[in-house]
Amino acid sequence: MGALSSYFSAVGRTIATLGDGLAVTFSYLFRKPVTLQYPDRTVEPLISTLPERSRGILEIDIDVCTGCTMCAKQCPIDCIHVEVVKDPETNQRMLTRFDIDIAKCMFCGLCVESCPASGLRHSHEFEGAMSDVARLMLHFVDKPLPVAKPPKKDEPVQTKPKGSIVREMLRDPWARTRKSKPKAEECGDIG
Amino acid sequence: MEELSRNIVEALGLNPFWEQVFYALAIIVVAVVVFMAALTIAGLLTYLERRVAGRIQSRVGPNRVGPLGLLQWLADGLKLVMKEDLIPACADRPMFRLAPYAVVVGVFAAFVSVPFGQLLIAADLNVGIIYLLAITSLVSVGVLMSGWASNNKWSLLGGIRSAAQIVSYEVPSALSILSVVLLAGTLSMQGIIQAQGGQEYHAEFWARGGWPWNWFIFHNPFAFIAFFLYFTAAVAEGNRTPFDLPEAESELVSGYNTEYSGMRFAGFFLGEFANIYLMSAVATTLFFGGWQIPGILPEEQASSWSLQLMGLLIFVFKAAIGCFVVIWLRWTLPRLRVDQLMGLCYKYLVPFAFICLGGNAVYILLIKAGSTFDWIVHGAMTLFGFALVVYFFVRVTHHIRLVKDRVDFDILSRGTKKPFDPAVQTRRYGRHRKGARALEITGQQGKEIG
Repeated sequence: MGALSSYFSAVGRTIATLGDGLAVTFSYLFRKPVTLQYPDRTVEPLISTLPERSRGILEIDIDVCTGCTMCAKQCPIDCIHVEVVKDPETNQRMLTRFDIDIAKCMFCGLCVESCPASGLRHSHEFEGAMSDVARLMLHFVDKPLPVAKPPKKDEPVQTKPKGSIVREMLRDPWARTRKSKPKAEECGDIG
Repeated sequence: MEELSRNIVEALGLNPFWEQVFYALAIIVVAVVVFMAALTIAGLLTYLERRVAGRIQSRVGPNRVGPLGLLQWLADGLKLVMKEDLIPACADRPMFRLAPYAVVVGVFAAFVSVPFGQLLIAADLNVGIIYLLAITSLVSVGVLMSGWASNNKWSLLGGIRSAAQIVSYEVPSALSILSVVLLAGTLSMQGIIQAQGGQEYHAEFWARGGWPWNWFIFHNPFAFIAFFLYFTAAVAEGNRTPFDLPEAESELVSGYNTEYSGMRFAGFFLGEFANIYLMSAVATTLFFGGWQIPGILPEEQASSWSLQLMGLLIFVFKAAIGCFVVIWLRWTLPRLRVDQLMGLCYKYLVPFAFICLGGNAVYILLIKAGSTFDWIVHGAMTLFGFALVVYFFVRVTHHIRLVKDRVDFDILSRGTKKPFDPAVQTRRYGRHRKGARALEITGQQGKEIG
């Protein structure tokens, strides 16, 4: 009789627990979803909810760059390319290229720490999806410009607001990369 | 259809050869219509599955493609059609290509004898339910074929498991169907539904048509149990969780369809979802009175288009509830182990199915249909059934009360209609604009929850 009663009690337990389990999941049908529907059902742009020190896409305020190339030297994966040439006429050091390859960047922040002018920093931008990976090569120098003087100690450096530079560059993900096909050396290591 | 083609030929004054042509054309048209209807149902079920799963897991689910995300399944189908159709290098190519067709044919051919309404059935076979049992067995052949042809150990294991499972669960499923066949006295699907319309010599309004107490599930206690046996066995035969061992993602990497991609994978997928509707439609036919309308005899229904439409809606509504229950079960129960699966079948379902079959037979022998005692049993079973449902909803309200303010009854909404209250959002997602405040907030949150 013991075997039989345990058999039927197993059946009864199965039915009772199954019913209650179904009741629990049914009640979950009437729960508010906890998920945040990114990107268009948030109160404010998600970017403004990020912590102050979050590491977004790199940007450089080219007006305060001293052309020291410390960032390029520090970068463990060589995603920063800086070129400084001396203008033969004025003898002024000119910044001719400052490219950051966001597709390669691993957001370690070593370059930011090494920058003496604090012109290089992590913005809070993170939505960098592009139709073409070559567009993630950010060119910060359009035409050669003279490098800035190194700041004095304890002197605050005036820079443009955080994110204002790179946001402009990432604005249109479907824009054409170039009118003409870019040259291999222009694209750095992407090819 | 034969009559129709004969009439057309007579009206046009053609020779009798054309009768065959029109008949063939009519068959092709009906086949295409049924196939398309079944595809649409399967597609919509994939959407329903994802929405229900979303809500049960406190998510929203797909809500972007079309209103409420209703066109999501079309987008998914389009994506699968455009995907590359890969065949592994060492696969058994002809069999690999053939397997999805076996699954699709096995499931969709069954739709031929599934009624949608009193007159809406492609072919009311006189062996309807046996045909259904036979043709759906083709699915296990397809699954086994795909498992073998993939040349992959996981696929092969999945295929073998599926075959073992389907063969085992065919026994309780067929036995519980047999109980209904005893009650109805026919194998035809329409005949079984007809038999649930109450006794025609009863003039009373409450005894005619598809009242719950005329359904076979509430016919007697044995039929009541037989329904649950059938439903469990059908879920197992359809390889659905908690019996989805053949495609156990966590152990067999999706089992027999691991190596499939593109449209061939979609074939398996559509087969699985069409099978959900199929099992619900068969349960509706066998146990829930099909297209019978309460208070209206089948003869009256046959004479009116509006009643026909109502019958169709009633049938689809009942089947939809069945589909919902299958999906809901999937997101409630964890997967069984192989030995538990076989134990459930042979130690519990099969003996109970035999008891139900015998019990039904004895009930029919001893109790005269339409006698007072018969009506008392029907009524008592109906009351018992509704009491169970009421008790279930009491439990549900209990669980809803437990979640308090986090309740949202607008389950069809596109998630949250109003934007988030910033204060709530801060608390829930820990927005750290300022370092110090962030710490304070997370501290608070920890206190509230813990």
